[in-house]
Amino acid sequence: MVRGDRIAAGSAFLAAAVAGFMLPDWIISLATIAFANGLVVLGLIVMWRAGLVSFGQALYYCMGGYAVALIGRWGGVTDAFLLVLVGGLSAAGISFVIGFLLARYREIFFAMLSLALSMILYGLLVKTESLGSTDGLNVIVPTFLGYAPHQEKLIVALYFLVLVVCATAALLVGAYFRSLAGALAIPVRDNELRVEFLGMSVSRLIHTKLVISALLAGTGGALAALAVGHVDPNMSYWTTSGEFVFITILAGAGSVGAAFVGSLAFESVRSFAFAMLPQLWEILLGSVLLLTILFLPQGLGSLIERLHWGREAKAP
Amino acid sequence: MLNAFAVLIDGLVYAAYLFIVAIGLTLIFGVMKILNVAHGSFFTFGAYGAASAVGIYFNRGLPEAGGYLLMVVLAMALGLVLGLILERGIMRWVYGRDEVVMALVTYAAFLILEDVVILIWGPGSYAAYQPLLSAGNIEIGELILSNYDLGLIAVAAMLAAACYWGLKFTRYGRLLTAVIFDRETAAAFGINVRVVYTVTFVIGAMLGALGGAIMAPKIAVTLGIGVEVIVLAFAVVAIGGMGSIEGAFAGALIVGICRAATVHLFPQVELFVIYAVMALVLMIRPYGLFVRAQPRKI
Repeated sequence: MVRGDRIAAGSAFLAAAVAGFMLPDWIISLATIAFANGLVVLGLIVMWRAGLVSFGQALYYCMGGYAVALIGRWGGVTDAFLLVLVGGLSAAGISFVIGFLLARYREIFFAMLSLALSMILYGLLVKTESLGSTDGLNVIVPTFLGYAPHQEKLIVALYFLVLVVCATAALLVGAYFRSLAGALAIPVRDNELRVEFLGMSVSRLIHTKLVISALLAGTGGALAALAVGHVDPNMSYWTTSGEFVFITILAGAGSVGAAFVGSLAFESVRSFAFAMLPQLWEILLGSVLLLTILFLPQGLGSLIERLHWGREAKAP
Repeated sequence: MLNAFAVLIDGLVYAAYLFIVAIGLTLIFGVMKILNVAHGSFFTFGAYGAASAVGIYFNRGLPEAGGYLLMVVLAMALGLVLGLILERGIMRWVYGRDEVVMALVTYAAFLILEDVVILIWGPGSYAAYQPLLSAGNIEIGELILSNYDLGLIAVAAMLAAACYWGLKFTRYGRLLTAVIFDRETAAAFGINVRVVYTVTFVIGAMLGALGGAIMAPKIAVTLGIGVEVIVLAFAVVAIGGMGSIEGAFAGALIVGICRAATVHLFPQVELFVIYAVMALVLMIRPYGLFVRAQPRKI
């Protein structure tokens, strides 16, 4: 990581942490959900760098959420760290298994098969009475290593949990991007056969990316479930996946931080638009997506990069 | 025996519906390589248009045949306008980009159109059951079937035949086939690919709207009908092979019969059987039943 980037990331984290004590509850709740969803977007970015777009990421998101709801209910586990870990790992486990199938697909076929798989989960959940059917399940109130906050304290505690998890994830994914396997993403996107001629297994590379992105999505789903206090089958519907893809396009695959900034922007605009112009919310969403694709194909993150580049070019 | 017959008829009705919805989607994908999410919007507009037509026409004592005609004409006109606006206004700027990017553009269009529906028709739901009632029922053995359902099967069969004939035996169909096989070569031989694209997109849109119009009397025309239709049509098209008309036909039949069988035998798995079938088929034939695997490019 360049030193400037490191300073920027550190100060952004500090600012977010300080904000946790300063801002009103509703903003904190909004940011909690936004950052939790940002993890899912980060997972999509991992895949997008290799040229893969999943229209079924909600599968893992939903899996993480339901894992939290179920072990809270049946296993009596209340520790937030444990719940989130289990949520993430269960999604990763599922993706490891279906990865053997999914890693063979590319482009639009990959998008559609992942969509089909997430719709299978949706159908299962809707039809299973013991899992709450369309009503979904309530999630228990979490504790943090024995600390059991309530009301406003809980909101802040969850916020910090999300913040810590996101920062860890951002560091690890950043390291992965700089590793050999991560750096090979772009060659894989450009030309798989050449990568194979270099002696790498493309399907194994992609399989790894699938598991990483599912781990992130499951963790995001688990955090979102804790923050909302409820899970329902719509977490697995294709429109949920569509929203994540939307944020990914908006953010661009340029950097790790973009996932969280993009997600925060999306949630803010959404709650704003819901309050101000509920009838036009999707028009707004669609127009932004369209304009981004047409005029900023690298995402909003590329605006910042362009500024950077301009500055460097000017320096003698 | 009765059960098997019921499954067959139900399956055929559902397959007919799926085929009508899927054929526009597969046509656009085959020619333009666009996975058109906005197909759901075409369906929605068609359904709302037909519901409006029913509201205007039925219960006035006019001859019923005119009502059916008005439904179809109004829906197809909406599809025509919508298709033209989308293709000329948006899609042509992203030709040649990644397939996934083009799919996302249509997703954006879909989001916008979902709200446009609310702006035009309001958030309430419409009932358009009159055509279904006026078509009446028929008894075959112990089964009571709606004539409208049987008509649906006939319409789907006619559409399939028309597409087959149109692609194989008309000038435009041959041009289309050339573009499907290789766009650049077709252009080099003097085919105006731009015009072919526009016409294909508009026809696809009109077929989507037609699907909505035909289904309107059978469902409650309400918000969100397009959302469900898209994934259904995707599943059908993916099973048959994207861009293949025969594939859409086979896919619709497979899905229709499978769904009818589960509805009669194991109703609890009805919702996901379609996607399970799709996943199963894709496991065995990654590109669908009727499409050959693509050679890898070096």
